[in-house]
Amino acid sequence: MDYSIQVKNLTLNFGNVSVLKSLDLDVKEGEFIVLLGSSGCGKSTLLNCIAGLLDITDGQIFIKGKNVTWSEPSQRGIGMVFQSYALYPQMSVRGNLSFGLKNAGLPKAEIEQRVKRAAEILQIEPLLERKPAALSGGQRQRVAIGRALVRDVDVFLFDEPLSNLDAKLRSDLRVEIKRLHQRLKNTMVYVTHDQVEAMTLADRIAIMRNGVIQQFDTPSGVYNRPVNLYVASFIGSPSMNFFEGKLTDGGKTFEFADLRIPVGDYAFDSKPADGTKVVLGIRPEHVSIGEEAAKSSFSVPCEIEIVEPMGAEVVAYTRVGGQTLTFRCSSDIELKDGDKVTLGFDIARGSMFDATSERRL
Amino acid sequence: MSDTALPGSAAGVSSASAEMTGARGAKPQRRISPRNIMIYGTLFVVCVYYALPLWVMIMTSLKGMPEVRLGNIFAPPMEVTFQPWVKAWAEACTGLNCDGLSRGFWNSARITIPSVVVSILIASINGYALINWKFKGSDIFFTILIFGSFIPYQVMLYPMVILLRELGIYGTLQGLVLVHSIFGMPILTLLFRNYFSSLPEELFKAARVDGAGFWRIYFQIMLPMSIPIFVVAIILQVTGIWNDFLFGVVFTKPELYPMTVQLNNIVNSVQGVKEYNVNMAATVLTGLVPLFVYFVSGRLFVRGIAAGAVKG
Repeated sequence: MDYSIQVKNLTLNFGNVSVLKSLDLDVKEGEFIVLLGSSGCGKSTLLNCIAGLLDITDGQIFIKGKNVTWSEPSQRGIGMVFQSYALYPQMSVRGNLSFGLKNAGLPKAEIEQRVKRAAEILQIEPLLERKPAALSGGQRQRVAIGRALVRDVDVFLFDEPLSNLDAKLRSDLRVEIKRLHQRLKNTMVYVTHDQVEAMTLADRIAIMRNGVIQQFDTPSGVYNRPVNLYVASFIGSPSMNFFEGKLTDGGKTFEFADLRIPVGDYAFDSKPADGTKVVLGIRPEHVSIGEEAAKSSFSVPCEIEIVEPMGAEVVAYTRVGGQTLTFRCSSDIELKDGDKVTLGFDIARGSMFDATSERRL
Repeated sequence: MSDTALPGSAAGVSSASAEMTGARGAKPQRRISPRNIMIYGTLFVVCVYYALPLWVMIMTSLKGMPEVRLGNIFAPPMEVTFQPWVKAWAEACTGLNCDGLSRGFWNSARITIPSVVVSILIASINGYALINWKFKGSDIFFTILIFGSFIPYQVMLYPMVILLRELGIYGTLQGLVLVHSIFGMPILTLLFRNYFSSLPEELFKAARVDGAGFWRIYFQIMLPMSIPIFVVAIILQVTGIWNDFLFGVVFTKPELYPMTVQLNNIVNSVQGVKEYNVNMAATVLTGLVPLFVYFVSGRLFVRGIAAGAVKG
C-alpha cells in the first residue's frame, strides 16, 4: 500500500460539540497536502489528531500502513512545525534540534551528524549556538522546521507555519518549503487559511468547513471545478460572481432576470431537470471584454461602476441583470467609471450549482 | 544659550544653530517646583510614618532598662548596649526553657524549609498536570481544591488534630510540616496552574512530538521557564509559614514551638519586670527572616506576580 497517511471515519467531540465528523483522508506517499479553511473549521484539530496530540472519539489513523490511532506522538514517525515556532527558549538552537534525538536515546555521534545535516539544509549553521530569543522570525521558523527535519521522519506536519511572519518573509519561506519538499520528497500535511499558500504549495488541497472535508482535489481541480457553492466562493480572490436563476428550455438555457444564457456547452455532471433553480458562478478572471467578449458564448453590454487598479491588472465592478458583476482584466485596457463596455464569458468555464443542495451540477 | 553651543563654535552662530537643531524632547522641568515639593513632601511624611515604629524598636532594643524607663522612646540611646539582643536570642525564659529565641528560630527553620520545599514541589506538579495533562474530572478536582482555600482555618483545626493524632504525628514537627504543606496547596496550585496556562501550549505539544514524557517536560521545559513563579511561591510560603502562629500553637508542644509562638511567650510573660528592650530585640529578630527574603527577592517577586497577572 502506497498510502502515507490514512484517516478513516475520524470523529472528534469536545463534550457535546462535534468538531470533526466521520472524516476520511488518504494521503499518498510523498504528497504535499494542504488543509485549507477559515478559522474554526477543524483543520488544525485534524492535524493535531494525526500528530497524536488529541485523543480522538472514534475512527482510525494509519501512518505508513501502521495503525497509530493510540500511539504516542513520538512513535508515529511524524515531525511537526507550529505557528508560534514553539522553540524551547532556554535551549540553544543546537539544543532545540537535538532534544528529540536525545529523548530517543540516539548515540552522540549520530545526533551530531543529523543536526549538522539539518542545519546545512536550512542554512542555519552559524546560528547553532544561539538562543531562540536572539533569532529573527524567519530564522526561528527555520529552526522549527529543522527540529522536524532531524527526526528523519516520513511525514511532516505544518500548523500554519508562516502566519506569524511578514508578507515578504512569508513568500520567501513558502518557496523554501516547496524546495524542501522537492528535495526530501516526504509526505507533508500543511494547514493554512491562506489560499495563495494552498494553491502554490499543494499537490492536493482539502477544503474544510465545520469539521467536514468539502473537496479534496488538486489546486486546479478546486479552482476550476469546485464541488459546491462554499468551495466556489472560498477559493479565488476576488471571489466568484454568483447569479441565481433557473434552467429552462429543456435545460439548454439559464434564465436569470431578463437574461437568457445558453448553457449547451456546459459539461453537466448530471443533467438537471427543466425548471431547476440553479446558481451560476463565473470567476472574475474568466469574464472577457470588448472584441473577445463578442467571441464568447455569451455577451452583454454593461456600464462600469467602479474601477480598482491593482498594477498589473484592474478589477472593475458593473451590473448585470440588476446584480453586481466583478471582473478582472489587464491594465492595458483603459477603463474608467461610466464606460459602456461589452462583457462576455464562456459558459464552459463557469460552474453551475443546484440552488437548494448547493452541489455542483 | 551659550551653554548649549558646541565647543569651539562662535557664540553668535551657535545660538542660532542651537535653536534649529539643539532643542529636542520635552521642555526640561525645574527640580524645585510646587508640584515636586508636594510629591516629595508627601512621600517623606509617609516614609517617616512607616519607618518610625522600626526606629523606636531598634532604639529601645539598644538601651538598658534604666534608660528605657525614662520614657523618651524616640531618642537614640545615650549608652549603646547589645545585652538585650543577647538576652533575647540566648537567655530569655519561656516556661522552663531559658535558652531564648534561638530554640524557636531553629524550630521555625526546621518547620519552614521542608514545608516550603514539599508544598511547592507538589503544587507545581499539580498545576502542571492540571493544565497540560488534563484527565477525566481534572476540572472538578481543581474546583474542589480552590474551594478549599475559602474554608476558614478555624473550621479545620479540630479535624486536623484528630487526623494527626490518628497518624501518630500530633505534636511533632513532621505533623506541622504536613499541615503547612496541605494548607498551602490550594493557593499554590492556583498560582502554578495559572502560570503554566500562560506558557504557550504549542511548546508542550512540540515536546511531546519530540518524545518527552511527563517528567522530562516538567523538568526540562516547564521548570526553566518558570523561575519567576517559583520565586513568588517561595516568598509566599516562607513568609506565610514563618509568620504562622495559629498552627504552631495548636499542632506542636512547648519544646517545638516556632519562633512566633516563643516570641509571644516572651513578650507576654506576666511574671517579673517587663523588659521592653529585650522584647523589642526579640521582635526584630523574629521579623528578620521575612524581611531578608523580601529584600533579596523583591524585584523577582514583582516580576513573577506581573507575569501571572497579565497572561494568566
